[in-house]
Amino acid sequence: MLASWYDFRDFGNAVGRLVEALRDAGASDHIIYPVTALIGCLGVLVFVGGATLINIWLERRVIGRMQSRLGPNRYGPFGLLQPVADAIKLIQKEALTPRAADAIVFTIAPVVIFVPAILAFAVFPWGKEMVLADLNVGVLYLLALGSTSAIIVFMAGYASNNKYALLGSMRVVAMLISYEVPSVLAILGVTTFAGSMSLRDIVEFQRTHWVFLLFLQPLALLIFLIGSTVELNRSPSDIAEAESEIIAGYHIEYSGMKFGMFYAVELVNSLGVSGIIAALFLGGWWTFGLEKFVPGWMLFIGKMYAVYFLFIWFRGTLPRFRIDQLMAFAWKFLLPLAIVNFFAAALEVLIWREYEISAGIVLPIFAVVNFALAGALIAGWGRVMFQQFQRFPRRARLVSGIEVPELPYPAAPHPATEPVA
Amino acid sequence: MIIVTRNLLHAVLLLILSFVGIAGVFITLSADFVAVVQVLVYAGAIAVLMIFAVMLTPASGRRNEGNILQLPALVLSALLIAGVSYIVVQTDWREAARGPFQTTAADIGDALVQPFALPFEIASVLLVVALIGAIVLVRED
Repeated sequence: MLASWYDFRDFGNAVGRLVEALRDAGASDHIIYPVTALIGCLGVLVFVGGATLINIWLERRVIGRMQSRLGPNRYGPFGLLQPVADAIKLIQKEALTPRAADAIVFTIAPVVIFVPAILAFAVFPWGKEMVLADLNVGVLYLLALGSTSAIIVFMAGYASNNKYALLGSMRVVAMLISYEVPSVLAILGVTTFAGSMSLRDIVEFQRTHWVFLLFLQPLALLIFLIGSTVELNRSPSDIAEAESEIIAGYHIEYSGMKFGMFYAVELVNSLGVSGIIAALFLGGWWTFGLEKFVPGWMLFIGKMYAVYFLFIWFRGTLPRFRIDQLMAFAWKFLLPLAIVNFFAAALEVLIWREYEISAGIVLPIFAVVNFALAGALIAGWGRVMFQQFQRFPRRARLVSGIEVPELPYPAAPHPATEPVA
Repeated sequence: MIIVTRNLLHAVLLLILSFVGIAGVFITLSADFVAVVQVLVYAGAIAVLMIFAVMLTPASGRRNEGNILQLPALVLSALLIAGVSYIVVQTDWREAARGPFQTTAADIGDALVQPFALPFEIASVLLVVALIGAIVLVRED
């Protein structure tokens, strides 16, 4: 039984009633599906647009507080109109295209980079009935979107015809490829527990078993959180636009609103990844019965912003990695941990399903076991790898037969190679 | 467009676009899992591989030079376009009327561990061999 259309605890009701009304009016499926899809898309776009404007303000303001500054505070109350002023300023500026740039790709890149960012919002479980596209392969879909953004960043970097831009985009591609592996393996543990790749079913799993997957898969959350800061290209992993090394990375040649697009898409992506974490690990719209009193979508957005605050916190407080540290961290630290975590999750689910133990008994045990495992793995593997991280990075030989010219002066010994007193 | 453009990098980018288009074809065939994997593997991973290959090619080799196979290729692609257009015209595209499609991910998973376990394992061994081979090739000593 559908609730009445003005029941805004779940916007799915309104659309459901609209479908019924259209069907009663004799509309065919050719009209009903596009209309409902358009309404859903409009809702998502309005949310993304509004949230981006708020995020600009929020990010600058919160980082300002963390760094003992005021942040934007001139336009409107608490500087709330600052994003609007920024946007107007950016639109007024000239959008330069370098003469040597690949003009078509250069112009397209900041536009298409929004496509995967916004598409991610389509599968989110905003409420019980409030899912725009309930894909059976929702998690995989989100991962696929994440992997395509590497190409678009590369387009921007290559088309700029600037060595810093190319370096930046190469770094993005290398980072995305590396960090995709542990992130995917981490999420695999979640899907193994839920037994489904649909985000709606994963939330449903958490609801029926009265548990956040955060408690069952703490290590997966940690790995995914770290992996997503890298994929988002945010500090502490923003080496693709490290000002001290390569100026502004792949968007060095962009000006005006084209730069604004790159700036905005980063915020949209951050919110998207926060939404993924909120849905997969924090129960989506479901919150231990609180959803009976507060609309589910409000809870979901609240959780999203809680995770987003965490990302801002990272950005405001952590220093930047070096590229070899970042790569070593993915392949030597996160990847083994992710594999072990996935193995443990698969084993636990197998035990659970095979012996048909009731969830009430087995899930608390699994939670304790997984927390212990996460702590032991991080501490133990960190100790094993600690000596490795100290080593001076050796250059990989990609092409043979290339002579490296001798330095005209004797090279100073690297501090890392010197014996520690 | 992929084969007409002279710039090799534009060709790669257009090829990625066609990969995404193929994913769309898979969706109309109710193969949601294959569609998403198409985007993930081809548009995500293979495309990056091709871009790296293009980047490692000297700039002089990046132009699409003409060669003697141009005319046969033209005829062949014209035939292909004709065939595809015929199928496009003939197909009933009314997807919505058929209702929501069934999930295929679980069935594919079952198929990989039950009847096709051996080919699956052989493929993974092959990939591991390729991985180790690549590491051996670029090792310093």
